[in-house]
This record gives sequence, structure tokens and C-alpha cells, in this order.
Amino acid sequence: MIAVPRTDTSLLGRWWWTVDRWTVVALALLTGIGALMVMAASPPIADRIGLGHFHFFQRHLVFLAPAAAVMFAVSLLSPTGVWRAASVVLVIALLLSVATLLIGDEVKGARRWLQIGGFSFQPSEMIKPAFAVVAARLFSIQRQDRRFPGDLIAIGLFLAVVGILALQPDFGMAVVVSGVWFAQYFMAGLPLIWVGALVGIGIAGIGAGYALLPHVQIRIDRFLNPESGDSYQVDMSLQAFSSGGMFGRGPGEGVVKGSLPDAHADFIFAVVGEEFGLLVCLAIVGLFAFVVLRGFARAIQEESLFVMLAAGGLLTQFGLQALLNMAVTLHLVPTKGMTLPFISYGGSSLISLALAMGMVLALTRRGSGARSDL
Amino acid sequence: MNGRDVRSAGDSGSDPRPGWSGAVRLEGSGKTLLDVGRDRLLIAASLFALGFLILSGRLVEVALLGDSSASIVATAQRGGAAVTRMARADIIDRNGFFLATSLTTQSLYADARLVRDAAATMARLREVLPKLDGKTVRDKLASGRGFVWIRRNLTPRQVAAVNNLGEPALAFLAEQRRVYPHGALAAHVIGYAGIDNRGLAGIERAFDERLLGAPGEPLRLSLDLRFQHVLREELAAAVESFRAIGAAGVVLDVDTGAVAAMVSLPDFDPNRPGTGDREALFNRASLGTYEMGSTFKSFTVAMALDAGAIGIGDGYDTTEPLRLARHTIRDFHAESRWLSVPEIFIHSSNIGAAKMALAMGTERQRAYLDRFGLLGPAPIELPEVAQPLVPDPWRDINTATIGFGHGIAVSPIQLAAGIAALVNGGIRHAPSLLWRDADAVLAGVPAISPRTSRTMRQLMHLVVAHGTGRKAATAGYPVGGKTGTAEKIGENGYDRRRLVSSFVGVFPINRPRYLVLVLLDEPKGNDQTHGYATGGWTAAPVVGRVIARIGPLSGIAPVELPEPGEDSGTEPGMLRVNLDGSEIRLAAF
Repeated sequence: MIAVPRTDTSLLGRWWWTVDRWTVVALALLTGIGALMVMAASPPIADRIGLGHFHFFQRHLVFLAPAAAVMFAVSLLSPTGVWRAASVVLVIALLLSVATLLIGDEVKGARRWLQIGGFSFQPSEMIKPAFAVVAARLFSIQRQDRRFPGDLIAIGLFLAVVGILALQPDFGMAVVVSGVWFAQYFMAGLPLIWVGALVGIGIAGIGAGYALLPHVQIRIDRFLNPESGDSYQVDMSLQAFSSGGMFGRGPGEGVVKGSLPDAHADFIFAVVGEEFGLLVCLAIVGLFAFVVLRGFARAIQEESLFVMLAAGGLLTQFGLQALLNMAVTLHLVPTKGMTLPFISYGGSSLISLALAMGMVLALTRRGSGARSDL
Repeated sequence: MNGRDVRSAGDSGSDPRPGWSGAVRLEGSGKTLLDVGRDRLLIAASLFALGFLILSGRLVEVALLGDSSASIVATAQRGGAAVTRMARADIIDRNGFFLATSLTTQSLYADARLVRDAAATMARLREVLPKLDGKTVRDKLASGRGFVWIRRNLTPRQVAAVNNLGEPALAFLAEQRRVYPHGALAAHVIGYAGIDNRGLAGIERAFDERLLGAPGEPLRLSLDLRFQHVLREELAAAVESFRAIGAAGVVLDVDTGAVAAMVSLPDFDPNRPGTGDREALFNRASLGTYEMGSTFKSFTVAMALDAGAIGIGDGYDTTEPLRLARHTIRDFHAESRWLSVPEIFIHSSNIGAAKMALAMGTERQRAYLDRFGLLGPAPIELPEVAQPLVPDPWRDINTATIGFGHGIAVSPIQLAAGIAALVNGGIRHAPSLLWRDADAVLAGVPAISPRTSRTMRQLMHLVVAHGTGRKAATAGYPVGGKTGTAEKIGENGYDRRRLVSSFVGVFPINRPRYLVLVLLDEPKGNDQTHGYATGGWTAAPVVGRVIARIGPLSGIAPVELPEPGEDSGTEPGMLRVNLDGSEIRLAAF
């Protein structure tokens, strides 16, 4: 690897020797592949809606530098710093999310975005990592001090967050937040009887979404019975993988991006499948699996319950989002709006993931001397 | 809820530093807590590993084996079902002949996963479908995909032959194919539907919802296939003999506005619209706008008489060109003398028409043009309709030039509908392509008085009898009409070699039934016309030949009218006019 003397005690030198370099490299690879894929997949969409040929690609590049900066800066924090930063971000993001309900732009039937200086920004993206860290802190305090009602506060906070997401409405993100929260509660040692009860409530929640939200109902119906309606995106996506085969049709040779409205975002994995083939797709799945499993492996060795829960929650969020996105393109689960981490186009999502993974890197640093007593 | 609040909530507990009081617990009960957490993290990690493995397996399955849930075939089959659902109604002419119809055809596809020997299967397929490209088909059959098209739209005989091969990998999907049995004959009116069976142009597009919504009921048009054929054939002959770049023609029922024929040349085969270039796909009859030239003098004379701005016995001095705001208006065939109103009309004097228009004034001229339907797009049932080009601002010079048909550009169908209103008793009907029963004809709007309309018939008859339109005269079917010759605008103003020559004829002029408009785009004179390319030499004879052929089909009894002036008619409505130094009398009709 890069030759940085062990004795280098500069900020960068210390960072390099304490951070998990393998994860950094894997994330950098994913980001690089993502930039290539956005360049390949977005021009037809940009042309179709009358923007410049490389409009989305350029905007994606504009977000890469701040994302890298966020990830680096956050990864320097101590566990205490992580938890403080997360609480501040959570408060701001919640306030902004409430603001989107009142003044946000309505895009495709949902109020999720705020316009800030020519860029639209989705504050609820920031809730995901911040909430995971705050919930980890609440669970871990309760475990250590029985008198502190951390679980109850976490439950209340969770209901508030999911409530805001349901009002926007953003069903996909509500599913991810619920999944992460539940995973953390589980990792915190929730008795198995309660695990069962919460799974039941989760199923009831999806049932309620199905009964009350028409677009959720349509998506689930279409998944269960493709004959019932238009499953165009998923059919196109499957054809893309199939026509890509083992080695793909070659960069830029894909046709599916011309007919998929979300080729640069939610269905970018299908473009990869068509143009670069099965092997590259498996490599991407491998990279995601590597980041998630390596992170868990390091978290398990930690001595602090807060660090374990926070890192576990953040990795769950990252892994769940990647799994669900790829599973949608492969018709394993119903369609839902969800980006592929570090690969899809999308500024808010990139910054939010940089924040999340920066916190994972910070929490799993070794021998930094910044060990907290949390 | 705020993280700091949580912290302070903890701080407010009985212990001064509750967060850190667990230092002992961390060593004691915390140890087991950490162990539980480690076990749970391990379970979560295992679930993720399992998830990524399932995903990889599914990737291999979809990418290499095709999709096991047969979704692609399902898509195609659903597509097939959708196509069947998307049957389109037939389009028929006024007599019930097919203009457009749909055929259900079978398209051949293969499930390549079921192919055992691609080369052998290909060889057997080639025996029944010899035109297949061997290499492409073999590659498709060897591809291992769940769905590959082999050939679209097979005949029943071919379907039977393929079925007789008994190859389980081969199967058919039903598709609908739009067929236009008369090819280019009414291409611009009918338009065409695309591969997805949606109308993309003409009636197919304008009535897309109707054709899909009631596939069982044919859509009946006012077109008469026989008229259409005559008009197209004569126009094509004229385009060839005068080397015109294009032509437009309309046959209109003057009493209802029903379009009996509409042709635009060059045209295209709607069965293969992709082979037509932009020029061929362009409908000159409704989407083209032209400065019409002298045919517009009919409107000028009609409005001036109708408004009482002049009388039939009045006239204007045309000895000197008319100078107006840096422009000079001259006559094409200068008579250079005082001309009566009928003389201005039949000799087509620009100076006279301009003076007549100025006598009307801008406001009245505009109001009448609006009544003739010339200031807005023609209300015909086609998507391809032009907005006329009208002057803005509308100055005196515009009023004067519009008097003889320059400075305003309208579509041929618009001109036809406007002229029809001058001869049918003064009622303007919207031109229409839909068939309507006699009792369901849409009411028209009064444009001029019946009396003015009668005078216009007499004057238009005179144009064919003594004026510029003599070559439109037809035995048995008395014709009235007006010629028009306009220069196109070139790089330096009007270009004298690039003309739009037209003739609008009405028959029988004593009791008008049909209007025939012929417009030739940039005709060139030939030996028969002594080099002339004007409307009287090129378009008028075409109208005459069209009338000679559609007259017998129209069920109108032939009559011979006396020459104007020969008849010593004394009945009311008889018109005395001053023509070239002698007074003649025009019979009333």
C-alpha cells in the first residue's frame, strides 16, 4: 500500500494507520465504478428531459469532492464525537424534514426535497445515519443504567421519524429506517419474544401501507402478480441482465438505459448488468458484501456496546439499501425508490452515505488513542 | 427530540454522572451484555452474507439462464394480448370502400432454451421460410434466451408450414397489422398508424381514441374513392407535364363543406411511411400555406359588392400603376384604361382590385375575411392544419395587396371552403372529412347575401366563358371559376420564375354542387402552353379534365348553358355588364 511511515504523526499519517484501509479502498472502488456508471447511464435520460448530454454526470462529479471531504472529516472523530455530531445532524435533519412537508417542492407526488442554491436537497437522507447512531447511544445507555429509559425514548423517536417519512410519503426510506432500528434493537439483546412481536408489527405496518397507500398497493400487487399491471421497469431490467450475459454488451452499448426512466438512479444496476455483464455485477455485490461483513467483523471485536450498535446499525443501513436496490432490479422484491449506495446518481444520498460510512470508519478505528469510555 | 436532551435527561438522574457510573457494570454485567451483542451481531452478519449469496445466485440465474419466472415471454405475451385488445376500427369512404383496415397476423418467435441443435433447426426453418438470414437466425437459436423474434407477420400458409416442422422451441404471437389497401391514394388524409398501432398522422391520429375505442364500428369519411382517384391521377399528370415540385387538390361539396377528395403531391405509401421523406409526408392541402394571388380577387369583389362599397356598374382607372407607401402595384396583362368591376375580375387587374380593397377599408376587409374563414386555421378534422399567415400590423398597403391575394397566405382547403361560401348562396360551412347524413349536416354561417352570391356565380361563369379561365370549360358541365398566379418569395423579393398557379372551379355554375381546386407548386411552362406557367394555362385545364371525369360520377345531369350575352334573359336577376366596350347581359342562376 501507500508508503506512509508509521512514525508519521501528522493528521493524515495517523488517520492512515488507524483507519480500516481495506474498507476505504473498497468504498473508493465503488465510488469510481459509480461515477463511470452514471456517465454511461445518464445521457439518454438527460437528453430525454432536455438537459445537457452529461448534465447528471457533471452534477454527480460536483458532489464527489464534498462527499469525500465529509467522509474523511467524520472518520477523524472519536466515538464521542460521532455521537455528538449525529445528534446535531439528527435535530437539523428532522427540522428540515418537517419544513419540506410545509414548503418543499413536490416531485412525482412526494414532498421530500428542499431547493438550496440550485440544488435540490433531501433532508430525510441525513436522518438515516444520524438516527442509527442516536438510537445506538440510547440502547447502550439503557443497557448500562437500568434507570435510564433509553429504549422508550428510542421507540418514541423512531415513531416520530417514521411518521414524518410516511407523511412525505417515502415508503422505501421508512422501510430502511425501520429495518435498521429493529436490527439495532435486536443486536442490543432484545428478548426473542419481543423480536417476534416486532416482526409481527412490521408485517402489520407493511399491511397498513398496502391498505392505505395506493402506490404501495399497486407495487406489491404487480410484484405478486406481474399479469395484473404494468411491470415495465422490472421487465426491462431483467431483459438487460439477460442480454448482458457473462461479459456484457460492452461499455456504452446498452439499450435499456434508453427506455428506463430511472436508469441513472434506482435501476443503475441493470445498466451495469447489460453493459458490463455478470462478472462485474458479481464483483460489485462482492464489494458491498466485503464492506458490510468486514465492518461487522471489526464491530464484533469492539469493547463498547455503543460502538457495536452504532457501527452495526450503520452497516445494516448500507447493506440493506444495497441489497434491496439490487433485489428490485432482479425482481426479488417489489419496486421501491432506493438508490444503490455510492453507485447511483443522487447528491443527497451520496453525502448521507459518506456521512454514514465516515462514522463507521471513525467507530472502527484501531489504536488511535482516542478511545472513549462510551 | 434532541440528543442533548437525552443526555441531560440522563444527567438529571440521581447519580451525578450516570453515563459513566456503568464503569463497574461494564466490567460486571456489561460483559455479558457485550457477549449477547456479539452473538446478535454475528447473526445479523450471517443474514447479510446469506442475502448477498442469494443475490449472486439470482444474478447468475437471470444473466445466464434467462429469467426463470418467464417474465420476458410473459411481457411479450401480454404485449400480444395488448395488441389484440388494441384493435383499430376500419376507415371507409362514403360508399363503404376500405381505406384502412387491420389484419391479425402471426409472428414467429423461439424459446432458445428448448433448441437442441441450432444449425439443424435453422436449416429446417429455411426450408419453409427461405428468405431468413441463416447466420442471424442460427445465432438467435443458439443464444439460450427465453424469447427471440424470428420473423414478424407471417401468412397463414407460412404459419401452417412452420407448425408442421413440429419444433417445440418455435411458437407464435398474434399481432395486429394496419393495412392501407389503396396505398398512396389518400395517404395524407388517412395518415398512418405506427408499429405500436397508435395513429401518428392524419385521420388515424385525429381519431385515434375513437378508432381504438369502438373497433367494431368503421369510421366513415366523406371522401369518395372515385373522386380521389380522378383528382390524384390528373394532378400527377400535371405535375409531370409542368415539372412542378408539388401539387394540391380539393373537391368540396359546396352545400355541406364535405371534402370529397383531397390530394397532396408528392405523396407516400402509408403501408411504409418510413420510406417517405419530409416533403412527401407534408400535406400541402391543409398544412401548406400559399399566397394565392388572383383567386383572392373573388373575395375582394364579393365583399365590395356585398358591403355596397361599389356597384356592378362602377369601375376604376387602371392606366397608371398604383403607388402606395414605397410600393408600386402593376397589372400583369395591363389593359391601361378604365375598367368596370366585371372587367377587373375577368382580366384580373391588380390595380383595380387594390383600389377596390382600399375602397372597402382595412376594418371591413378584415371582418369579411374572417367570415370567409381565412384568418384562423381551417376547422378540418386533421392534426396537420396550418395557421394562415396574416399581416401584423395590417396597414393600407396590406389591405391593397390582399385585394389581389398577396400579403396573406392561406391553405388550399381554406381557400376552397371560402370560395364555396361565395357561390352556394353565401353560407360558409366548415370543411369536413367525416361523413354526415343529409339531415345531420352542420349548420353554416352566413357570409354574404344570396344576391351577392348570385352575382359571383355570374362573374365566375364569365371568367371561364371570356376571361383567363377558358381552359377549364367542360362540355356538359358549365364551369365558373377564377385563376390565380402568385410569385413565390425568393431571396430578393418576389421571384418571377417560381410560381404558385391555381384554379378554383365550380360546377355546374348555374346550380353549384362541387368545387374543384387545383394548385400547382412551381410549374414550368411547356410547348403546349407556349412557355406560360400561369394558373389559366396550367391549373385551369386540370380542373376542366377533373370535372369532365367526376361529373358523370356525381349523378348531375349534363346541361348546356348559353354563352353569357347570347341569352337574352329577361328574368329577375339578369345582370347587365360592361365588357370590353359592349354591354352584355348575364343570365341569372
